[in-house]
Amino acid sequence: MRSADGHYILLALPFLVIAAFWALAAMERRHGGARGMSFVQRNGTAIASYLVVAVGVWALLLIVLPQLSMIEFSFRPKLPTAQMGGPRDVYTLENYRYFLFGSTTDTSHWNVIHIHAFFLTIFVSILVAAFDFALCYPLAFYMAQAAKPRRVRLLLLLLIAPYWVNEVLRAFAFRVIFASSGVLNSVLLGARVIDQPIDFLGLDIGLYAGLSYAYLLLMVFPLYNALENLPGSQIEAARDLGAPWWHIHLNVVIPFAKPGIASGCTLVFMLTSGALAAPLVLGGPRSLWFTPIVYDRFYQAFNWQQGSAYAFILLLTCVAFVLAVLRLTRLSLGEITR
Amino acid sequence: MTSRMVIKMSTALYMLVFFGYLFGPLVIMGVTAFNASSYPQVTPFEGFTLHWFETLASDADLIYGLGNSLRIGILVVLLAVPLGLAGALVMQQIHARARSLYYLIVVSPVLTPGVIIGISTVIFWRDLTGLTGTRFLYDGVVLTVLGQSSFIAAYCMLIFLARLQRFDRALEEAGLDLGATHQQVFLHILLPFLRPAILSASVMAFLSSFENYNTTTFAILADKTLTTVLAGRVRQGTSPTLSALAVTIVALTVAGAVAYEVLKRREDARKAAGRAVAVAAERRELTRTVQPA
Repeated sequence: MRSADGHYILLALPFLVIAAFWALAAMERRHGGARGMSFVQRNGTAIASYLVVAVGVWALLLIVLPQLSMIEFSFRPKLPTAQMGGPRDVYTLENYRYFLFGSTTDTSHWNVIHIHAFFLTIFVSILVAAFDFALCYPLAFYMAQAAKPRRVRLLLLLLIAPYWVNEVLRAFAFRVIFASSGVLNSVLLGARVIDQPIDFLGLDIGLYAGLSYAYLLLMVFPLYNALENLPGSQIEAARDLGAPWWHIHLNVVIPFAKPGIASGCTLVFMLTSGALAAPLVLGGPRSLWFTPIVYDRFYQAFNWQQGSAYAFILLLTCVAFVLAVLRLTRLSLGEITR
Repeated sequence: MTSRMVIKMSTALYMLVFFGYLFGPLVIMGVTAFNASSYPQVTPFEGFTLHWFETLASDADLIYGLGNSLRIGILVVLLAVPLGLAGALVMQQIHARARSLYYLIVVSPVLTPGVIIGISTVIFWRDLTGLTGTRFLYDGVVLTVLGQSSFIAAYCMLIFLARLQRFDRALEEAGLDLGATHQQVFLHILLPFLRPAILSASVMAFLSSFENYNTTTFAILADKTLTTVLAGRVRQGTSPTLSALAVTIVALTVAGAVAYEVLKRREDARKAAGRAVAVAAERRELTRTVQPA
C-alpha cells in the first residue's frame, strides 16, 4: 500500500470511533436511557461547546493523532524530500530491521549495541524502581502512620524542595560529585583512601545514582497517599495477635498499599527508562542507555523515520510494563493513576 | 538498651541517610557556586566569590532561553488548565461504555515517556501544518506548548477530578431551579468551588513546564529554552556558572514557595474570619427570632 493513502485512513480513524460512540449514545437515548437528557441540554450550549472543543482538541490533536502519525511514520522509508509521497514511499519494516540487525537489508548479524542498550535500560529501570521503593517505603510508612501532622508537613516540604531544581541541574549536581576531578575523588584522594582517581562516570555509578535520585518524589507520594488511608487499628490488631513487625508489613501494610506501590513503580520505571537528561549529562563515553540512542537517530543520523521506530519500541515496552504490573497486581488502570 | 530506643535510633539514622541523599548533592553544588576555583569543587576552597553570578547575568543565551521558558510556561498554564478542567467535567458525564476508553486516552500521556510525546508532536504538526498551509504554526515555541500541554493537562485533570469528588451536585440543580442559566451556574457555583484546584493546577502546570527537558528538547526545534541551553552547557563541560544558576533558581523558587504559603495562610485566616462573622450573624439572627416568642 502506498503510504499516502494510509495517511488519510489513519487521520479518519479516530473520527470514526467517535462517530460510532455518538451513534451508540443517541440510540440509547431514543430507547429511553437512564437520564434521557442530551449532553447539550444538561450543560447549556456555551458550556457544552467549550467541553466538546477542549476535549476534542486535547484528545485528538494533542494525544491520539500525534501518536498515530509517529507510529505510521516509523513504517516509512527515509527518502529525499522530492520522492516523499512518490511511488517509492511504501510501507516497510526497514527501520525495525535496522534496530535488530544494524542494517536495513542485511540480516546476518544482530545489532548488538542497540539491543544491548535496550535490555540494559529495561533491566536498570526495574532495578531503579525496586531500589527507590525500598528507600521510600519506610519514610512513607513513617509519615503516614507514626509522625505527627506538623512533622508530616515539614517532611513534605523537604521532599518537594529539591524538585524545584531543574532536572538538568540535578544531574549536573551528580556530575560535580562523581567527575574524575570531582568532589568525591578529591575527598578520597585527600584522605589517601585511593591514590588514583576512580572513573565513577565511566563505570556508570554516577548515572545510576543520578537516575535513582531523579524520580524519588514520584515514589514517595503514591506510597504515602495509599498508606495514609490504612487504619492504625489494623496494625494494632495484628500486633495484639502477636505478629512480628515484618509479618505486619508483609501481610497487612503492603497488601493494603498495593495500588500505591504499583503506581509508584510504574511511574518511576516509565520516567527512568525514558530519561534523557541524566544519561546525556552523566553518561560516560561508553555508557549505554536507550533514549540517547533515540535522540541520536534524530539529531546525528537525521533519520526521523528510524527515530520514530525506536521511539515506538520504547512506547511498546512501557505499555507492556504497565499491563504486566496491572496483571500481576490485579488492579485497574484507574486505581494506579490517581 | 530497650527496643524503643533501637527503633528511635534506627529511624533517626534512616532519616539522616534519606535526606542526606536528597540534599547532599544540591548542597555540594551550592558550595561550588561560591568557590573561586574555576572547576566546580568544594576542596580546596580557594576563596569566596560572587564572580560566577556575574558571568551568569551577562550570559545572553541563558537570558534568551529564560525568556522563552517563561513565555512557554505561561502559555501552557493558559492552555492546559482549561483542557484539564474540560477533561475532568466530561469524565463525569461520559457514557459508561465509552468511559474506560476515554480514560485510557486522556491518562496515557502521564504514562508515556516525554521524549515520545516530543517526537510525535513534531511529526504530526509538521504534517498538519504542511497539509493545511499553516506553516507559521510550525514553530518551536508553539510546538513545545502543545507537546507539554498534552501531559500537563492530564495532571490538571487528575487534580480537578479529586476536587470534583467532593462537589455537591445539588448546588448546581438548586441554581438551575432558581432560574440561573448554565453559564451562571458554571461561573458562580462550579468555578468558585474549584478555585483552590485551579490555583494548584496552575502552579503545578507552570513548574512542570518550566523544568521540562525531555519533551522540550524535541519540540523546541531550532529555538532554545532555559533547560535546553543548560543541557548543552553541561554536555560541553562543567563550570561553576551552572552551580550559580542552580543556586539562583533555588533561591527564587524558595522565595516563591514562601510567598505562596504566606498568601495561602492569609487567605485561610480571612476565610476563617469571614466564617466567624457569618456564624455570629446567624446566632444574632437566631436569638432575635427566638426572644420575641
